[in-house]
Amino acid sequence: MSTRTLISPAQLSRPRGKRLYWVTFAAVVAVFTLVFLGPLYWLVSSGFKDAQEVIQTPPTLVPGSFEPENYSRAWEVMDLASLLFNTLYYAFGALAFQLVFDVAAAYSLSKLRPVLGKAILGMMLATLMIPATVLVVPQYLTVLDVPIIERNLLNSPWAIWLPSVTNAFNIFLLKRFFDSIPKELLDAASMDGARPMRILWSIVLPISRPILGVVSIFAVVGVWKDFLWPMLTLPDPTKQTLNVGIYSLSNGVPVNVLIAALTIASIPTLLIFLVFQRNIMSGLTAGGLKG
Amino acid sequence: MSAPSLTPSKAANHRRNPPRAAGPAPSGGRFAKSLKRNLTAHGFLIGAVLCFAVFSWYPMVREFFLAFQKTDGGTTTWVGLDNLTTVVNDPAFWQAWRNTALFTVLALVLGFAVPFAAAVVINEFHHGQGYLRLLVYLPVMLPPVAAVLLFKYLYDPGYGLLNELFGVFGLPEQQWLQDPDISMFAVVVASTWMNMGGATLIYLAALQGIPGELYEAAELDGAGILRKIWHVTIPQTRLILSLMLLMQVIATMQVFVEPFLLTGGAGPEGSTTTVVYLIYQYAFNFNNYGAAAALGLLLLVLLAGFSAAYVKLSRAEDE
Repeated sequence: MSTRTLISPAQLSRPRGKRLYWVTFAAVVAVFTLVFLGPLYWLVSSGFKDAQEVIQTPPTLVPGSFEPENYSRAWEVMDLASLLFNTLYYAFGALAFQLVFDVAAAYSLSKLRPVLGKAILGMMLATLMIPATVLVVPQYLTVLDVPIIERNLLNSPWAIWLPSVTNAFNIFLLKRFFDSIPKELLDAASMDGARPMRILWSIVLPISRPILGVVSIFAVVGVWKDFLWPMLTLPDPTKQTLNVGIYSLSNGVPVNVLIAALTIASIPTLLIFLVFQRNIMSGLTAGGLKG
Repeated sequence: MSAPSLTPSKAANHRRNPPRAAGPAPSGGRFAKSLKRNLTAHGFLIGAVLCFAVFSWYPMVREFFLAFQKTDGGTTTWVGLDNLTTVVNDPAFWQAWRNTALFTVLALVLGFAVPFAAAVVINEFHHGQGYLRLLVYLPVMLPPVAAVLLFKYLYDPGYGLLNELFGVFGLPEQQWLQDPDISMFAVVVASTWMNMGGATLIYLAALQGIPGELYEAAELDGAGILRKIWHVTIPQTRLILSLMLLMQVIATMQVFVEPFLLTGGAGPEGSTTTVVYLIYQYAFNFNNYGAAAALGLLLLVLLAGFSAAYVKLSRAEDE
């Protein structure tokens, strides 16, 4: 079988060991399911209950009342359609900016090796060491009045997109992957007269699909999960993200409708996770150790 | 690609300037060539560098200046250490640090031990590993508002599931988020549930790298399960454990979203006011950016020590 762990195969193959293994296994699966899936089940099922039943004690396991219209009410009352659209717009915009700028930068730092490249990479990585929350205040002030172009980016998607490019961790992940591409391959292409742009497009990017997938998922999920920054930079209710919009409306709607809204807000990222599970897990363990 | 005797780094040195036999020969001498190469390379860099300059590097410098300045209307004046004294004399200052320290300690006890234990347990099973991994990581993918408000309902003293569960086991009902003595604990439990997935997966990967012979050798010496964990599992994953420990200290010292959403930030009797929440208040409720920056600078100095240790450890791991 696979590599052995704490408990020896010999112990496991004894009848007592086998019984113990299955008992603990069942217990662990039950506890994990209860702890991690239980609250989600409560969320989805409470979305179907009427307002009375949600706050009733003891709570019902299976909804006694059935009000699927909670979901449509949440959709309308909280204007989830536009919140969802906003979030998608910001997330995929940020993804596009990160893919273009961060991939180009990592490619340049890894393969074109410009003068001062090492110093620039060092300065980028240094930002990882500054606690993000400490920078929120000066970053916010910068967004209010961007130097040189003197623009106020408040309530504009640029306030989400441009700062998302400053993801030193993604650049680092990409650069490390590019470093592993054999130089001979690129030299051969440049001997055939390919320019750097062409090499990036036709050789580097196709090879790098796995890491691009990981970086893309993290980019989208990052924007989807962010709370403080969009709350500060997008005060206009019509421009808010799901997180911020639901939070600011959370006191004004009935509990069951709010719960339905939370369920709807959770679906997209959970779907992303279920579909791209493998990439996310491999990305975590590939880059997660260093940050 | 058929010269495998060279190590990658040597190969890179050898071919700094790739031969350009077939390509269109650029005019001019070596200088022009290298200038052109550099222009291209910097062209690829410019987008990211500009973003970093405006949204990272400049704010870093600005944070430092802000801490010693006061802005009134449109005029900015240097005030030296005034901001710092304002911050330190605020009655909430020490409470915020105490709360943050409490959160960090609690989060380390829970948020460090629980995922490691979960990883060790999951790793023992020959079945269902995929399912268990999926479960632990599920909450990480929830938007924070959903996860946090979900916990707000679970904690509700009136109809919350948690008190219901306590009742089943004959335990006394709690006020949870409304009780200043345990509100922070409740926040940590929620935060651990939300965030433990990533750490668990990283520990699992590390556990899978432990050679099985070590366990066999320990068994020959008559070690039981606990001794094997103590003498093999923990030493073998020591580096990753210490890296994650540092990372968690750095992350938990900056906690904001969980208390902000669960208890409105301050909590009952200020029991969940954290340092970052105080920064937020100075900046966005009192419009006192100077004080916010001064407090931020204090946090930065404290965390810089941890960051330096982290960098040192990652280097050690790289080698």
